[in-house]
Amino acid sequence: MQRPKIDKGFFENLRPISIPFAENVLQTLKAGDLVSLSGSLYTGRDQTHRRLVALLDEGRKLPIDLQGQLLYYVGPSPAKEGQVIGAAGPTTSYRMDAYTPRLLELGLKGTLGKGSRSMPVREAMKKHGAVYFATVGGAGALLSKSIIKSELLAFEDAGPEALFRFEVLNFPAVVINDLEGNDYYEMVTAERLGVKYEKSI
Amino acid sequence: MKTLQSSEIAAAVRGLAMSASCDLEPDILDKLLAARDREKSPLAKNALEILVTNANIASREQIPVCQDTGIGVVFVTIGQEVIVSGSLEEAIQEGIRAGYAEGFLRKSVCDPVTRKNTGTNVPAVIHFEIVPGDTLRIGFLPKGCGSENMSGLVMLPPSAGLPGVEEYVVQKVKDAGSNPCPPVVVGVGLGGTFEKAALLAKKSLMRPLGDPNPDAKVAEIEQRILQRINQEGQGVMGWGGVNTALAVHMDTYPTHIASLPVAVNIQCHAHRHKEIEL
Repeated sequence: MQRPKIDKGFFENLRPISIPFAENVLQTLKAGDLVSLSGSLYTGRDQTHRRLVALLDEGRKLPIDLQGQLLYYVGPSPAKEGQVIGAAGPTTSYRMDAYTPRLLELGLKGTLGKGSRSMPVREAMKKHGAVYFATVGGAGALLSKSIIKSELLAFEDAGPEALFRFEVLNFPAVVINDLEGNDYYEMVTAERLGVKYEKSI
Repeated sequence: MKTLQSSEIAAAVRGLAMSASCDLEPDILDKLLAARDREKSPLAKNALEILVTNANIASREQIPVCQDTGIGVVFVTIGQEVIVSGSLEEAIQEGIRAGYAEGFLRKSVCDPVTRKNTGTNVPAVIHFEIVPGDTLRIGFLPKGCGSENMSGLVMLPPSAGLPGVEEYVVQKVKDAGSNPCPPVVVGVGLGGTFEKAALLAKKSLMRPLGDPNPDAKVAEIEQRILQRINQEGQGVMGWGGVNTALAVHMDTYPTHIASLPVAVNIQCHAHRHKEIEL
């Protein structure tokens, strides 16, 4: 395993990635890679997940097809007139851990948020071939500039927790969990402690 | 005696709420720039640069610094000689409701049982303190809960001593990892009772960022904890480097001979806090 490269600036040398993901792209992404995402994604946070999984439990159809998609954990602030969206940075991902394996079973191929994921989610991502990305937390004003279109799709009554489809252009992110089971946060810790990085899954 | 109209208070709080989410105070910006200058990890340094750019965009375009514009935490310090015509509490809630509606801020308050959003970002959490004098001071801390969720409280046995206190605080920040958007501000409440410790921790966040506790022996503990966090922590966004925390603020209160309560309130780098005096 190569040492992660942490000598790059966030907005420099980003690898462009199209979303939804094309075939055979995900296996080329490695933990610590810096990417810029362009295309369309779905958004969802706590209530969105709760409702999606409740629909599945009731045997009903979801309002979206998750196959090959990226799900961004975000609850944006409202748009003013003339704005696509208000501030729209990532929310903390572990709160979605309880629901994520169910969505991965439906073909969801990527999630985007901040903070680390639980072991069951990491194992499910490995099993289903999905990648987890993080972006800069607390930079919602700046990140909103990479969102060029926003469309409300479902759960409008949940307010900021509604399900949106965003079109993004050059949205910056770092790969945290890759298909081989590597975890970038753990790599950083190993580097700080001066020990050899070993995968936990 | 001084009389204040509740409408005047509501208008002031409205402005406070709108400005707090979009215009970071100079103390936090200075700390972010200082953190950037001493940062060694290039990715973390770049992230700090992004945070400063983000703050500039937010202020210029009046977009919230972070989409999580928080649940309102309000510290009201009211002089005994102040008379408020109307309800002080309602005036504050009304100011926040108006500020969040008109400022296009996110409404993030919900019922804990049904999880139904109130749609107005009220009620806020208000703490009242009565002091001598004829001024009304209102401190506003819109608290994001990515960081709030990483907080904790422990009732240590006195035998744990200061080493036990320091260990608990450092471990709390380490366990939080990248979740609370580091570099964080760490509020610590030491002493008092269960609820007093939590309140001390939260209120310490209102101190100008990085100002030491006036008691030198407490200030020394703050520094020691800060150094350990920055040595052992996960760094900016969990991406390494030397800036897991920007500051540690500790406030203390006398406690029971059987007790050593320690509360840790974690605050994100978008440390929004503003205060007004009427």
